[in-house]
Amino acid sequence: MSVLITGGAPYGEQPADILVVDGVIAAVGADAAADPRARDAEVVDAAGLVVLPGLVDLHTHLREPGREDAETVATGSAAAALGGYTAVFAMPNTDPTADTAGVVEQVLRLGEQTGLVDVHPIGAVTVGRKGQKLAELAAMATSAARVRVFSDDGDCVSDPLLMRRALEYVKAFGGVIAQHAQEPRLTQGAQMHEGEVSARLGLTGWPAVAEEAIIARDCLLTDHVGSRLHVCHLSTAGSVEVVAAAKKRGTNVTAEVTPHHLLLTDERAQGYDPVFKVNPPLRTEADVRALRTGLATGVIDIVATDHAPHASQDKETEWDNASPGMLGLQTALSVVIATMVRTGLLDWRGVARVMAEAPARIGGLTDQGRPIAAGEPANLVLLDPQASWTVRGADFASLSRNTPFEGMELPGRVVATYLRGRRTASAGVALGAES
Amino acid sequence: MTTTAAHVPTARPTPTPTSTAPTGAAAPTGSTEPVVPTMPRHLLSAGDLTRGSAELILDTAERIDQAMAGREVRKLPTLRGRTVVNLFFEDSTRTRISFELAAKRLSADVINFSAKGSSVSKGESLKDTAWTLQAMGADAVVCRHSASGAPQQLSGWVDGHVINAGDGTHEHPTQALLDAFTLRRHLGRLDGRRIVVVGDVLHSRVARSNVLLLSTLGAQVTLVAPPTLVPVGVDAWPAQVSYDLDGALTGADAVMMLRVQRERMSGAFFPTEREYSRGYGLDERRRALLADDAIVMHPGPMNRGMEITPGVADGVNSVIVEQVANGVTVRMAVLYLLLSGEMDGGL
Repeated sequence: MSVLITGGAPYGEQPADILVVDGVIAAVGADAAADPRARDAEVVDAAGLVVLPGLVDLHTHLREPGREDAETVATGSAAAALGGYTAVFAMPNTDPTADTAGVVEQVLRLGEQTGLVDVHPIGAVTVGRKGQKLAELAAMATSAARVRVFSDDGDCVSDPLLMRRALEYVKAFGGVIAQHAQEPRLTQGAQMHEGEVSARLGLTGWPAVAEEAIIARDCLLTDHVGSRLHVCHLSTAGSVEVVAAAKKRGTNVTAEVTPHHLLLTDERAQGYDPVFKVNPPLRTEADVRALRTGLATGVIDIVATDHAPHASQDKETEWDNASPGMLGLQTALSVVIATMVRTGLLDWRGVARVMAEAPARIGGLTDQGRPIAAGEPANLVLLDPQASWTVRGADFASLSRNTPFEGMELPGRVVATYLRGRRTASAGVALGAES
Repeated sequence: MTTTAAHVPTARPTPTPTSTAPTGAAAPTGSTEPVVPTMPRHLLSAGDLTRGSAELILDTAERIDQAMAGREVRKLPTLRGRTVVNLFFEDSTRTRISFELAAKRLSADVINFSAKGSSVSKGESLKDTAWTLQAMGADAVVCRHSASGAPQQLSGWVDGHVINAGDGTHEHPTQALLDAFTLRRHLGRLDGRRIVVVGDVLHSRVARSNVLLLSTLGAQVTLVAPPTLVPVGVDAWPAQVSYDLDGALTGADAVMMLRVQRERMSGAFFPTEREYSRGYGLDERRRALLADDAIVMHPGPMNRGMEITPGVADGVNSVIVEQVANGVTVRMAVLYLLLSGEMDGGL
């Protein structure tokens, strides 16, 4: 099975044909069309399109097992493929919690059965994500799911001693702790960013310091025990400063930002529409600016979606009672184009770095986020950089509809996604393993 | 009867959203103010009110009060055939009774829908409750809810007018209106008047609505509270903040004491009740710092001995009981203006 992608521009640079044979990039450039294997290849006209490595999402909620009314591994995988992703990391806050080898292997198998993206389960740091007792991290690491990323996402590993032990323990198998940085005592009942808007709306504030203090502490702990830390969904200007200082000092820390924190501010809470409720919350314009700059300069390593589907009954309710979280997989690339590429902060090489290469590296993947070069796995996304589209949650592959970008016109459209040479999404349709 | 105008027995032209321009005493200060104040469709925040519409409500309340004075049957036929639903998700006997009385005195049909013992306690969502009310044809929904923003969400789901009767720690606009009404009666125009609001500003919907409304009416509002009970972001409010109650009270025209909720006392916002009273309680010595004709207010219910001493609460400057009576009148004005405006249409 071979595919010849003609006229596309890898990394938005010089157009070059790409020949894919048996899931591997066989040749790039003039060699591709000249290759004898190109003769009976399916030809895909990619003129005017940008070709990037398949995207990798280090932070996805697929909700299975437990909340199959909100999302399943299959529907989330379809959303991912349509968004240009070839691999996603599934957060463990499922029911039951992915805190054992059994559950992570179940998620892995569901991902393999769907076959649209590589699904890599993240293991919980503590049993039931309760922050009391380490889960069997090594069992998950040595399971078929080969878990390397551990997180209690949704909750912070706030106990400093437990966090220290977790950071130490994962060194044995090259793991990383992905911390949801939220000091729980400072955020009791917190509903939105603490500032002018929360004061006006009478919603309990989630102060920036509750994130920054945990990041600072964890960076120091990481140094102390010589481990590796990843900061989930960094959301404040102060957090950017803390991570920048830690990196300067040599701390082995990486950080992610979500697309929604790159675009939206706390002003969105004004209508009390819980579609804008998310944790960490939307911050201020100054924070948005700092996050964009941090991503451009490399203080923030990656963009991760924090794709968090919620059933309508969990969103169409009082703000206080609504579940926090937003859909992200099918809008992430467009939001990054809007906020980082159109603004001149990142070129396409930069997009490949923050949405494919660096997330794969942090997650310990060797077959994703690879260069577009001969001999590499053919995980590719073709996108039309000139196109624009209007977001309609009802059209999404996700089972849920909680997109904060509803009705917005966003730039850039995914034309096709290839997972090891097989097309998983084409013209807005996810293509299952049987197609 | 063909118009509601005939229903308000007053010699003056009947106040309606379209017929009463705030001329003369109610003249607006800015040139940008519309000549004819228009009522918002819903009353969700005191910030929804322009100076013109706020004064229209207060003037209408005055006229209603005059119309009711000395009447044997204390009832106006204005809202006959209209349905007002009191949708109370949070217990509040005072506010519910006040709204119920206001609607009944305007001859509306009143339905009390309280969350306890209803389908809400069985897990029905706010949206489903809203659709139920919608299907029953409620003309106005008076909503009290423990969650900030719930009345605003409700307003997107029902066709009727929504009146916020207190939502979480957000707002309580009719309380601010009755406070402004009371203040106006005693002080006249509020322009330049110094009003001190004391207590748990962080969690107080009364404070938020009063800051917005009183500043709209030209008053200077000073908030006094321990720093732990002042919200981050207060700098953007049209009010001064002070931690010095004695200084703020000196020469002020009115003081409004906020209730300190019992649950805050254990929340480490301040060390002890005694220390709170010492720093932020209103006693006779502090009352004497106020201007001579100043008034003492409290939205109730009071913690006597905590934020206010019994002597001051019952003293000559206290208008606390009057506030309750004015609440009914002001809520009548709000219901009347929201509902009759729609009925009159072309007037």
